[in-house]
Amino acid sequence: MLDTEKPHARTIIELDGVTKNFGAVQALKGITANIREGEFFSLLGPSGCGKTTLLRMIAGFDDPTTGTITIDNKAMAGIAANHRPTNMVFQSYAIFPHLSVADNVGYGLKKRRLPKAEYKREVEQALEMVDLGGYGPRAAHTLSGGQRQRVALARALIMKPKVVLLDEPLSALDKKLRDQMQLELRQLQRSVGITFILVTHDQEEALIMSDRIAVMFDGQIEQLATPEELYRRPVNQRVASFIGVMNFLEARATKSSETHVSLDVQALGKIDIPRAGLPDGMKPEEIHRVGVRPEMMTILIDGAPSAERIVEGEVVETSYYGDMTYYSVRLNGLEAPVTISMRNTAGRAVLRPGETARVGFATDSIIVFR
Amino acid sequence: MVVTFSFWTQNYLDLDTTFTLANYREAWTDPLYRELTLRSLRISLVVTVVTVLLAFPIAYHVSFHVHHRKALWLFLITVPFWTSYLLRVFLWKVILGYNGVLNSALLGLGLIDEPLSFILYNANAVVITLAHAWAPFAILPIFVALERIDRSLLEAAKDLGDGPVRSFFRITLPLAMPGVVAATIIVLIPTVGDYITPRLVGGTEGLMISNMIQVQFGKANNAPLGAALAVSSMFIVGGISLLIFFATRKIGRGGAD
Repeated sequence: MLDTEKPHARTIIELDGVTKNFGAVQALKGITANIREGEFFSLLGPSGCGKTTLLRMIAGFDDPTTGTITIDNKAMAGIAANHRPTNMVFQSYAIFPHLSVADNVGYGLKKRRLPKAEYKREVEQALEMVDLGGYGPRAAHTLSGGQRQRVALARALIMKPKVVLLDEPLSALDKKLRDQMQLELRQLQRSVGITFILVTHDQEEALIMSDRIAVMFDGQIEQLATPEELYRRPVNQRVASFIGVMNFLEARATKSSETHVSLDVQALGKIDIPRAGLPDGMKPEEIHRVGVRPEMMTILIDGAPSAERIVEGEVVETSYYGDMTYYSVRLNGLEAPVTISMRNTAGRAVLRPGETARVGFATDSIIVFR
Repeated sequence: MVVTFSFWTQNYLDLDTTFTLANYREAWTDPLYRELTLRSLRISLVVTVVTVLLAFPIAYHVSFHVHHRKALWLFLITVPFWTSYLLRVFLWKVILGYNGVLNSALLGLGLIDEPLSFILYNANAVVITLAHAWAPFAILPIFVALERIDRSLLEAAKDLGDGPVRSFFRITLPLAMPGVVAATIIVLIPTVGDYITPRLVGGTEGLMISNMIQVQFGKANNAPLGAALAVSSMFIVGGISLLIFFATRKIGRGGAD
């Protein structure tokens, strides 16, 4: 089994200043990134951010307007999709409707002219890898959505590519199946050790599955980091609001020293944060806004004052999710309510709208970004 | 009514309505009728093959290489239908005739010394005229079948290592087969029974069975024999169509194994 973190793994795909123009529209504005061998890499962003365009250029269905794509130390300019060491799982799965499951999976192998027995074995192995052992003789059009997805995956993996490209492979599945497939895909990727590149607009999916994520907006990578780093230290407001839920509060620096910056934060008051908590190269006077995650604030009930800082607020709305309750709380002197999530532990009362809440938080949970 | 007629006998002016198979015996044994039926089938099969082979690239082009003006292309393909069928056949006569457009042009260019005579009043002329007349009927079903092919299937084939020729034979053609079969049957059935075209451009060696049926109902005044010929050719065409249909279904299933 491979490590989750592979900082020293070799680069399998190198993107260098890749741009793409569609007529007058610039869909990609200079993408530079290295994707490591054996990692699960995600391209995450809203629709129209250029993530699918980038994936299609790696696959060879489109050519960059400028810039270079290098796969396995080979420049890919002028190399068509059928000669690249990549295989794709399409969003629609693109299962050949006139062929059986086995013929779909073995489609790419046919060209290699293997002996019949070996071909059969390879196909059966690939089907077993995706839990479809024995499905070979079935007609492709009789499969369910989840099974199609597995066939598409087996069809790509059987080629033993350097990189598997997945274009929103789970978006057509229902929630339960999607959750299950996320874990299965992740496990499969670990066991085969092939680099996977996933395109998705679902931040939760990207966080669960990826080793590293490139967050894209408007044809640019805004941040490339591990899931944890993205969640904990988003570089800017866009990334912060795209990944998870974030409460934004206005803030400005009142004082700064070598090691610390003193902030005056709306509704929360004076907070000192270490200078290292600022994004690289950001000056204290550039701070306009800070963020705090819903789970980093606590609603203190039963007069248990166990937080570093406490502010008061009025409950505007409560949303009960079973395991969690989400509160909208209007903190002192603040027009827009903040969101606070609380785990519903045994015997814990749920506050009603209109009640006053004592909100506790730790000063080190404050996130600074551009 | 045609079927009932075919079991009767014509006695100069009135009909003998006693049941008889004599008409069928004559229709199936007389060498003249057999020759005409075989010729009709041969001509219409050639027409069908020529039409479908010509229609496929056109349909393919419009479906895959025309991006912005598909509707205009389809519209242009149907333009010949704006004039009557008869008019179009006459126009071919003008083009292919002894002193026709084609011969004058070739003579004018000095490519030939005397007018070509093998292009009009024979089976070739019938094939050309019918192929032109039925081309849109072949293009449209093939076009529809090609349009229905999910383009990501072709990308998937390419992604799995196929060049354009391989993916054409492994994906595009098998998936377009229903359209090709439809085009074949649509063209084959009416061309077997066509009588205007052979009459006008076929000369004597281009005559087909339908011309004979017409003669039997008209000049020869033997409607029962004409009816028997008509019913016979109907069965033959029906049989061939079913044969094509089941053959392609079997091939389609064979490919899935």
